Amino acid sequence: MKDMADGYITEDGRKIGGVMMEMKNITLRFGGVVAIKDISFDIREGEIRAIIGPNGAGKSSMLNVISGFYHPQEGEVWFHGKKRPSMKPYQVAQQGIARTFQNIALFEGMSVLDNVMTGRLTHMKTNMFQQAIWWGKAQAEETAQREKVEKIIDFLEIQHIRKTPVGRLPYGLKKRVELARALAAEPKLLLLDEPMAGMNVEEKEDMSRFILDVNDEFSTTIALIEHDMGVVMDLSDRVVVMDYGKKIGDGTPDEVRNNQDVIDAYLGVAHD
Amino acid sequence: MTTTAASEGALVSIPHLLARNVSAFGDKPAYREKEFGIWQSWTWREAEAEIRAIALGLLELGVEKGDFIAIIGRNRPAMYWSMVAAQMCGAVPVPLYQDAVAEEMAYVLEHCGARFVIVGDQEQVDKVIEVQETVTGIDQIIYHDRRGMRKYDHTHMNALGDVQATGKAAHERFDKELDARWQSLGYDDTCVMLYTSGTTGRPKGVVLSNRNIIETSKNSAEFDNLLPGDEVLAYLPMAWVGDFIFSIGQAYWTGFCVNCPESAGTMMTDLREIGPSYYFAPPRIFETQLTNVMIRMEDASRFKKWLFHTFMAHAKEVGPKLLDGQSVSGMDKLKYALGNLFVYGPLKNTLGLSKVRVGYTAGEAIGPELFDFYRSLGINLKQLYGQTEASVFITQQKDGEVRSDTVGTPTPGVELKIADNGEVYYRSPGVFVEYFKNADSTTDTKDAEGWVATGDAGFIEPETGQLRIIDRAKDVGKMADGRLFAPKYVENKLKFFPNILEAVVFGADRAMCTAFINIDLTAVGNWAERNNIAYASYQELAGHPQVLATIQSHVEEVNESVAQDEMLSGCQIHRFLVLHKELDADDGEMTRTRKVRRRIVEEKFADLINALYDGSETVSTVTEVTYEDGRKGSIKATLELRDVKVLADQQQIAAE
Repeated sequence: MKDMADGYITEDGRKIGGVMMEMKNITLRFGGVVAIKDISFDIREGEIRAIIGPNGAGKSSMLNVISGFYHPQEGEVWFHGKKRPSMKPYQVAQQGIARTFQNIALFEGMSVLDNVMTGRLTHMKTNMFQQAIWWGKAQAEETAQREKVEKIIDFLEIQHIRKTPVGRLPYGLKKRVELARALAAEPKLLLLDEPMAGMNVEEKEDMSRFILDVNDEFSTTIALIEHDMGVVMDLSDRVVVMDYGKKIGDGTPDEVRNNQDVIDAYLGVAHD
Repeated sequence: MTTTAASEGALVSIPHLLARNVSAFGDKPAYREKEFGIWQSWTWREAEAEIRAIALGLLELGVEKGDFIAIIGRNRPAMYWSMVAAQMCGAVPVPLYQDAVAEEMAYVLEHCGARFVIVGDQEQVDKVIEVQETVTGIDQIIYHDRRGMRKYDHTHMNALGDVQATGKAAHERFDKELDARWQSLGYDDTCVMLYTSGTTGRPKGVVLSNRNIIETSKNSAEFDNLLPGDEVLAYLPMAWVGDFIFSIGQAYWTGFCVNCPESAGTMMTDLREIGPSYYFAPPRIFETQLTNVMIRMEDASRFKKWLFHTFMAHAKEVGPKLLDGQSVSGMDKLKYALGNLFVYGPLKNTLGLSKVRVGYTAGEAIGPELFDFYRSLGINLKQLYGQTEASVFITQQKDGEVRSDTVGTPTPGVELKIADNGEVYYRSPGVFVEYFKNADSTTDTKDAEGWVATGDAGFIEPETGQLRIIDRAKDVGKMADGRLFAPKYVENKLKFFPNILEAVVFGADRAMCTAFINIDLTAVGNWAERNNIAYASYQELAGHPQVLATIQSHVEEVNESVAQDEMLSGCQIHRFLVLHKELDADDGEMTRTRKVRRRIVEEKFADLINALYDGSETVSTVTEVTYEDGRKGSIKATLELRDVKVLADQQQIAAE
């Protein structure tokens, strides 16, 4: 780790810091299936890092390793310069890692506001019993949490659906609500699993703007999986490319674009 | 210092009114804004402190007397404060339409030579920076919302909050200067400059003096008996003269509270939470609200539907009479009271109109059914007629003398006369000073005696003294056979159908009238959903045969009604088409206040008009469109033209 630079300034003037998370030789197996095979890469402080690859390349598995949902059979995860022991997802969340899901995992019957409030859970100190009685400390705490949540609602421009049950919202807005919930946890590292899947061009533009704004405004480090190459190349500082569980490329969007292995993986190559 | 009580006679400017309000109702709310889910409020005293801080900061940045300060943003207290702060510095605020694209802004900023621009957020900053490529006069950009602004070059840019902080810190240096500046403001100094949206040609800067604004505010506020405890919701564009009169002129004169919604999308919720007592909306908003209610009633249970329709039918009969203070039988009163309990009350609450004491609609003609719907609920909805050059008010309807087809009697202080060609002229204390840097237009519009041409044709009803407007004077023309052609008259009848959003009628110097129709996506889309009609786009829905058939039946109904009018029976529509895109201000087809620019529509869709007259059954066309971010694209479409049944002219029948 010492041989790496402490950070750099991007073309658009953002400061990228040192290494925040490092994946070392990760291998993940499900029985006989090798989902991830000996992959190493790092994520730097303040960076937008993309993981791309064809279907079944192991991208979501990788994200699940980072979020602590899967435990790799081999390899180590280093976070803030320390080796991370095997953890439960909630412990990972407490460390400041939040995520969104590929197929939206919101509480459909609850309002947008309540959904986003659940993102504050890791920051709540009162227990369930106190909250049920709803007097004194719990009430004061909820007010304080609500204030933070309202700032995020304002930031993501979803005031008009604050009280709307999530189930009634169109897809693009649900995605935004999910981002809001993840942001409510005030994460240091935000994991986005296909944030633009199934969106139209306008929704994609909005989402891209929000991702950039989140990164800029809260200095949140972002790791994302995305299929829309245009979006990936525009948004991210560095890109990891996976194929059949292996890493086939790693670098800036330009480097990756010109990488022959990557081109082959995406366009297909004649096996002779 | 500033809180010295000003005597009644000395209320010669908005800053003077502000000082009066601080001493008269310093602890009453002056502004409210919903932010972060909570209504934040400022008393007159707090508002004055904020305004003063901005003004001091502006002095520190070098604002001179007579400078123009452009204000661009959505309705927020800080934007209103900036306007008054500009006035305190002796500068002239120039509010601009926030949804204008950079090109449009460039013209206005160049024309008024604004040295300072105060904007709401990053989106507006970007536009102003784009404008600066061609317009060099802009010294400083001041923005309110800091979001996304960190990476900008701040050598000539400041956050409003920082300007206020610097102003406060430097108050000892500038207090005296500031007080001297606002105290020296006179009744005939410029209060504000507003650019007219211009249905024709370039926008014109209308200069309004303190006298114009204050006299008009005073007269109209007294006319409707507005009180310090009243509440308004400020949601209409700040660049529009109406908003300036309601949210600044009348608000400062009477001292009522101005409420700003959280965002455009939450307007209806905010309306409901505030429950304004004084409310203004163009017909379009009332129409949207009614459409929403009707759509939801379609989905309601049978019992609820029955309840709604029974009591609404009763309200239609009795409601307006009750509002006008006419006698109604005891049984009807009882039934109305019951209806109020079960239907009208809850409905008004849902609409956010429970507390409305004085409601106005203007800008466009309102459909009689729409108007009666709100009146029958017991909402005191009235009409007024006005324009920027008059500081809004020309005529207003008195309580108890309200009708849907007239616009009322002259506002106190206004004189009316009708010219030989039918054009309406007025003279009032609100009449504008001049068009900025445009003496020719000024003399064209305003004669030496102060009479101003409205450009509208109309007449005063002999029995009631109420003014009735027919159409724009220049649009009223003759058809080929010499019969009268008044397109607006027919268009309004068409637009009263919920399915029709916009209509443009052609026929001047032609043998017959034809029309373009825009469908209303909400109403037609909902109808399509209920009838299992699938559609992928606006264009596809607009071209659907069943939609065309429905529109055709509407046009035929209009023809029947037009045929009743002897003078205008020539205006029946012979052929029509449904446009493949909505007419849009971004494409220049409408003004920012959503009035059709007839000439541009005629030029742009010349091929479609030709097709309407050459008898062809379909027409293919390519139309250029501008997206919200200013990029251009085009859409292709093949449209079906339809013939409509026309009733024989009554005169001809008589002749036969």
